[in-house]
Amino acid sequence: MVQRTFEGEVLTEPVVVEREFETVDMNINIGPQHPATHGVFRMVLTVDGEIVKDAIPYIGYMHRGGEKLSENLDYRGALGYQDRTDYLAAFNSEWVYVNAVERLAGVEIPERAEYVRLILAEFNRLLSHFMFMGAFGTDVGYFGTAFTWTFKERERIQDLFEAVCGDRIMYNYFRVGGLAWDPHETFVEDSHWVLDQVETGIGDVDELMTDNEVFVARCRDVGVMSAEDAISFGVTGPMLRASGVPFDLRVDEPYSIYDRFHWEIPVGERGDVYDRYLVRLEEMRQSVTILRQALDQMPTSGPIMPERMPARLRPEPGEIYMRQENPRGEYGIYMVSDGTDQPWRVKMRSPCFHNLSSLKPQVIGGYLADAVVALGSIDIVLCEVDR
Amino acid sequence: MVLSEFAGVSMPDWIDALLRVVFIVALMTINAFALIYLERKILARLQARVGPTRTGPIGTLQSIADALKLVTKEDVRPITADRWAFELAPYMAFVPVFLVFVPIPFTETWFIRDLNLGLLYVFGVLGLNIVGVVMAAWGSDNKYALLGGVRAAAQAISYEIPMLLIIVAVVMVAAGRLAVDGDASMAGSINAIVGDQTTTPYILLQPLGFVIFMIGALAELHRPPFDMPIAESEVVGGYFVEYSGMRWGLFFLAEYTALFLMVMLASSIFLGGWNWPFGADVGLGLQIVLTLVKTSVMIVLVIGSRALFPRLRIDQLMAFSWKVLLPFAIVQVIANGIILAYGGADWVVGLVSFALLAALFGLIYQLMRQRKGEGARTVSTTPATPRVITAPDVTPVEAGGD
Repeated sequence: MVQRTFEGEVLTEPVVVEREFETVDMNINIGPQHPATHGVFRMVLTVDGEIVKDAIPYIGYMHRGGEKLSENLDYRGALGYQDRTDYLAAFNSEWVYVNAVERLAGVEIPERAEYVRLILAEFNRLLSHFMFMGAFGTDVGYFGTAFTWTFKERERIQDLFEAVCGDRIMYNYFRVGGLAWDPHETFVEDSHWVLDQVETGIGDVDELMTDNEVFVARCRDVGVMSAEDAISFGVTGPMLRASGVPFDLRVDEPYSIYDRFHWEIPVGERGDVYDRYLVRLEEMRQSVTILRQALDQMPTSGPIMPERMPARLRPEPGEIYMRQENPRGEYGIYMVSDGTDQPWRVKMRSPCFHNLSSLKPQVIGGYLADAVVALGSIDIVLCEVDR
Repeated sequence: MVLSEFAGVSMPDWIDALLRVVFIVALMTINAFALIYLERKILARLQARVGPTRTGPIGTLQSIADALKLVTKEDVRPITADRWAFELAPYMAFVPVFLVFVPIPFTETWFIRDLNLGLLYVFGVLGLNIVGVVMAAWGSDNKYALLGGVRAAAQAISYEIPMLLIIVAVVMVAAGRLAVDGDASMAGSINAIVGDQTTTPYILLQPLGFVIFMIGALAELHRPPFDMPIAESEVVGGYFVEYSGMRWGLFFLAEYTALFLMVMLASSIFLGGWNWPFGADVGLGLQIVLTLVKTSVMIVLVIGSRALFPRLRIDQLMAFSWKVLLPFAIVQVIANGIILAYGGADWVVGLVSFALLAALFGLIYQLMRQRKGEGARTVSTTPATPRVITAPDVTPVEAGGD
């Protein structure tokens, strides 16, 4: 049959153009003002429907120049900045800083102060992990239940901190050489009571989330990271241990008095989001174990500062890198002294920055909802990433 | 004619119908206020909070205060929004939900109209709801809203099919029973179905149907664990992210009315509505109390699910509907057909449905076991003794960022 156009032109055969159904990728902004970004993190996702094809993270919204500010202050004056980097684990960050200065200046600290520091830092680890449980629960989709349940126990710990040092978040309590003042008289009994509450709280979280079918469905095999990748990215802390590497600075590069306690390091198998959650949950239980032992061993009285401290701290010229196990991983302070009373250089190695850098390969190829869960499982504190 | 019964006056049918419609709209508006208050209080109890306490005695006037705030708030329309789609969407989402109340019986004689294809009407009209949602999603010119709206549309389509098949199965049973002592052609009427449940609620005959219906209802209502169209942590509220003021309030009103509606439907079809267990002779007062008690209990369960479940992912949600619920619904319909064609007794129908339900739960349990893996609950621990770690051979991975 001969086909003709309107002009009378003869078409030999109908023209069929074959092409696939084309869709347009969409750029979607997660952050900086998005409920799931835990602060001011921005992530531009290129999505094909619900599948993430590319992810570009942007950081730096919280940059305050803490390193440079520390270099223009006395060694002891810059302590407050440490509270404001990792504000969820301020005691731990303070501890790294004072430890670095003490080692640089060669200051010996009394045993009782060491115990109080360790106890407060471990409590702060619990505080931080409770925060993770709450925020992560919200990311996965609990309508606030995980959040309010964990905040109940957080309040107890914060009450204890308030009784010890007068503040609930920005403590500024450790000093180079020891502590600012003695903890209150009932510190040990209060701590034991708080620990009882915390153990109940850990059980509550466990019952709410661990075995929930929907929770497992959302977290299993999401954001998988192999041990090789984790090490290559410099990932530390619970994320590294969830990937199967039993690396914990409290053991592998012992500092303070951690060698006096018996506890265990939880290690995941698959390196997915669910393992990260489980590792943190188990880590909380181990923290409780450490705390119980430390509270029993702590000397009931004694000095909390060395007898003689120089009025102006002038360490010999030299450098030090002090690193410790923060709730989120290896928090390090690199400090160079030129013999004056101000550090010549302070560099903070923040665990979240490195953990966050591993986000991109975790989210590409997954679903949009998985990207949110993977981001939540990193447990970022943006103040610490940007410093 | 209810109103003429009460007022003792006769009136034209159209005035009667109009009065009933006004009555339903007023009741549902008040009902939405009550439900919002109830939800806030129940969630607060489950979440170790206290909920609203400041407005009125124990916070009972909180919903009124919220409504006043919404009415007086500025109605913002994004400059790039599609004007008509954006402004009409709340009404398109809200009107169908109210229209659905036409055939729903509160008592034996309290309904707007008894339609003999009432169930078909309900699902036909309720399906229009999604048009409003998609209009809102598209008209807002917002990517979060678009994602949320598309999710809502996909979800509504997926879950209406198993629900409708289950309704077919229920109507088959109802027709079989009504053919004995009633009019089988009324099997699609909700009031006739409720009237048939004097001694046996249909949940005993179709337990699988009840479970699938409630799962579908949760999905239709965007309730956890199926709330990804309005997921706060992913799409920031979904299709109504750009709405403010009373337009947003209309979405909310529609949502809570739909919650009441779905629960009314489930309690009418499966729990015997005003009928079971006291029968039709107890009078209007007790009948309406019975209806409200059943719906209240189920509303509390639905609200409680919000506190205790996280949300599924969209692909898991779709897979659950198409690969699990739909086959079970089809099997239920076929099984009912075979049993009823051979004149099987009611207890056979119930037993088969129970067996299917057990199979469904078993399958879900098995799937979850598989996903979790063996011994997944505990992580292995190593004693904390100092040791040397040797790093495996590391190949650098492309770093994130640009």
